[in-house]
Amino acid sequence: MKIADDVPSSLSALDRPNSYIGRSVPRPNLARLTEGRAQYVSDVTLPRMAHVAFVRSPYAHARIKAIDTAAAKKAPGVIAVVTGAELAQVITPWVGVLTHLKGIKSAPQHAIAVERACWQGEAVCAVAARTRAEAEDACEVVAVDYEELTPVTDPETALDPATPVIHASLGDNLTFERKHEAGEVDKAFAEADAVVATTFRFGRHTGVTNEPRAIVADWNPGEARLTVYQGTQAPHMMQNLFAKHLGLEEHQVRVLTKDVGGSFGIKVHTYADEMATVALAKLLKRPLKFVADRIESFVTDIHARDHRIHGKIAVKRDGTITAFEIDDLTGIGPYSVYPRTSGIEANQVVNLVGGPYKCPNYRARARVVFQNKNVMCQYRAVGHPIATSVTENLVEMAAAAIGVDAVEIRRRNLFPDDAYPCASAAGLKFEKLSHHASLDKITTMMDYAALRAEQARLRTQGIYCGIGFASFIEVTNPSAAFYGVGGARISSQDGATVRLDATGAIFVASGVTEQGQGAEAVIAQCVASAFGVPLDKVRVITGDTDNVPYGGGTWASRAAGIGGEAAWQAGKALRQNVLAVAGSILQADAKALDIRNGAVVDADTGRERLGLDEVARIAYFRPDTLPPGFQAELMATRHYVPRAWPFAFTNGIQASWLEVDIDTGFIRLLKHWCVEDCGTVINPQLVDEQVRGGVVQGIGAALFEHCVYDARGQLLNGNMADYLVPMAGEMPDIEVGHVVSPTADSELGAKGAGEAGTAGAPGCVVNAVNDALRPLGAKTITEIPLTPDVVLSALGRI
Amino acid sequence: MTERFHDIALTVNGEPVHERVDARRTLVDFLREDLALTGSHVGCEHGVCGACTVLLDGAIVRGCLTLAVQCDGARVETIEGVADSGAIADLRAAFEARNALQCGFCTPGMLLTAQALLAHGGVPSREEIRAHLSGNYCRCTGYHAIVDAVEAVARGRAGRRK
Repeated sequence: MKIADDVPSSLSALDRPNSYIGRSVPRPNLARLTEGRAQYVSDVTLPRMAHVAFVRSPYAHARIKAIDTAAAKKAPGVIAVVTGAELAQVITPWVGVLTHLKGIKSAPQHAIAVERACWQGEAVCAVAARTRAEAEDACEVVAVDYEELTPVTDPETALDPATPVIHASLGDNLTFERKHEAGEVDKAFAEADAVVATTFRFGRHTGVTNEPRAIVADWNPGEARLTVYQGTQAPHMMQNLFAKHLGLEEHQVRVLTKDVGGSFGIKVHTYADEMATVALAKLLKRPLKFVADRIESFVTDIHARDHRIHGKIAVKRDGTITAFEIDDLTGIGPYSVYPRTSGIEANQVVNLVGGPYKCPNYRARARVVFQNKNVMCQYRAVGHPIATSVTENLVEMAAAAIGVDAVEIRRRNLFPDDAYPCASAAGLKFEKLSHHASLDKITTMMDYAALRAEQARLRTQGIYCGIGFASFIEVTNPSAAFYGVGGARISSQDGATVRLDATGAIFVASGVTEQGQGAEAVIAQCVASAFGVPLDKVRVITGDTDNVPYGGGTWASRAAGIGGEAAWQAGKALRQNVLAVAGSILQADAKALDIRNGAVVDADTGRERLGLDEVARIAYFRPDTLPPGFQAELMATRHYVPRAWPFAFTNGIQASWLEVDIDTGFIRLLKHWCVEDCGTVINPQLVDEQVRGGVVQGIGAALFEHCVYDARGQLLNGNMADYLVPMAGEMPDIEVGHVVSPTADSELGAKGAGEAGTAGAPGCVVNAVNDALRPLGAKTITEIPLTPDVVLSALGRI
Repeated sequence: MTERFHDIALTVNGEPVHERVDARRTLVDFLREDLALTGSHVGCEHGVCGACTVLLDGAIVRGCLTLAVQCDGARVETIEGVADSGAIADLRAAFEARNALQCGFCTPGMLLTAQALLAHGGVPSREEIRAHLSGNYCRCTGYHAIVDAVEAVARGRAGRRK
């Protein structure tokens, strides 16, 4: 077993004795999970709790003429049967637009469809019953009279005059459009030695969290308080939304997030069925539970990545890339998802294409259109896998066109490591990246020259292996530029409150949330290091809007870089407070003291002066012995938000080594590498596992995952037997390396690492497959999922 | 067999259980909802994801594809029982040390499935470990760390047997 070394790393710029920064300490909350003692929302039961099930539209687009609920109301165990029109009396609709996405539009979305269902799977009626089984039984006898309407399913024709407009009030099916132009694009293409133009297709896929979405809502009329147990990434955002749409004050709403069975961006949005459950709980004045089953998850969890992109690259004979051009078209379902909107992914694609390269000429257009399919929105690495695939596939196609090696073309075009600070042609500002150091590191890790020799040797035996790369940049630590400036009440700042308890242990309350990525471990490491206690003395509390500082939660790789910095600063502040007490007790200068390993010591010699338990005992139980006028403050709160840069960009590179069976089209992944620069590495093991998990999620997109719809808007493979996900047997070992360029925006210097794997894997796998097939004269593949079918078609065999 | 409800008697984690169950009740729902053993999880309810894996008379089964009435007279063990007994203490420790779990939702099923492989003895190859775990879906880890942990336990147990 390769367990990362648990020793203080030389990477740490945070010079504290007994620092945990840079150490692979295990997460404090794991034993509970391996014992089967986790508490996911799907495990929560409350007194008088009832269950909700939904009648869902079988049509992609239909007018609801009538709903007959009489039989359902009489069914065993049924408490209430509620239609959209009835529920609209309790909860207001929402519109998913933000002002910084200029021109974005959407229509009001109801918790349960009123008059019209706009995608297959949209809820049209709810049943509350004593058990979920009884609620589902009753759903079977709700009679809905539908008039099927023409569905809009193909983004290519969504804007044609002949295509019906889904929301008449909007005038057309265009949600959002963005154009960008930098440099002299036409001139660059005209003067290029080679131009490669192609069309990329990215299949719609979805998150498939192992625990489906789950919510328990409890309205207590006596207290006039709503308590919601929800598997969410952003409890404070949800508190705001529940309050706003139910006509409550925010302080009347408490959102509790305990263990969450996987999120990946799926659980950071407003879902109509969850809003309906909360509204029903208020209506029925009793706790209600809704857990999506897997079939519901496939038709209601946000989908992502359904993009068609025409891409073009210009290159000179010497390998200089002189222009990128893209035209992106994406269909996002019938509504822009609330409150983050469904315009962000296409916007990110425009931002990120060409991002690693110094090429100054760039033209982009992105159009986002409505369609009668399940909604699309932000999922892990939003836009990155699309932009990285387009960029990196074009780069390797250009390299092939002029006969330059895939590594060499990157060396000639990646932003030099001494170029920072600088900006990309799309206008992204980079503080400090390390593309060349990363490229050097990965070619060493994989022994690139030897692997190329092995590839050549195998080809002589009729075995077709390929090597592919993908350099990438990654948006992390978002400032208010991401959502706040557009009017969304989504916090970009985060806070931590640190408290010394009466025996010398530390409690930390943090606004970020634990989704399994290890946020609580990272927060504990930051506080233990800044304050000066062993890790086992630190207890972290997250996911409770009544008891943690106001914060944004977990998304866009912000928990460690933003939540960690707030925790670090709070730990430092409490150390000063505690040293003031200790100085007072010891009649010593607090500045000459420090806290190390759980004790107050002389700062210069490290000699122990006083245990923290003794400081706490005196401060809490014998404050009468402290000097008159001295008040001990044993709790400190600090907040942090990035201010110097809109985002802390990270960078990295991935490489894939795989074998293609040219007779069956099957792809065998042999090895995968990733070098990531996420700045200061707080916990190397957790970073590596974020990268590995992310890579496999990206490989899933590259090879397997696809929400297949027919022309009528019916999802054809909405179950785990037909929708393929990566399982252990098909996945390779993944080697992870690091380059460290800390951000100067925070004292910790940590950036995020959650998107890197997913961002780079698809483009890199596609490059490897094309590399394997190139000697056979195959057509270059620019489509994912890259199924055996696609491979055999490229080879001209089917 | 037209009766909808059936009396069943079985042992769950060594404790005798007598319950009257709906014929359509799955084993995993019976464990979670009737016995409050929430360590077994419901991921897909159609036998693909493996989150509901439990031991039925010593063999791993899908709790979502097994009906509670089928377990009359049987011996059922769940993650709670196996963790309490210490039977997988080394495997749990390896998963924790290697961070072979993130959200933890797949972990009970993954541990029981891995234990079934390790019970054969020997040190399986990484490919064999991957193949054996191929019925258990993990969205978080990418599997590499899980394979590492299982491999380490196989080596450790083989070493102790010498």
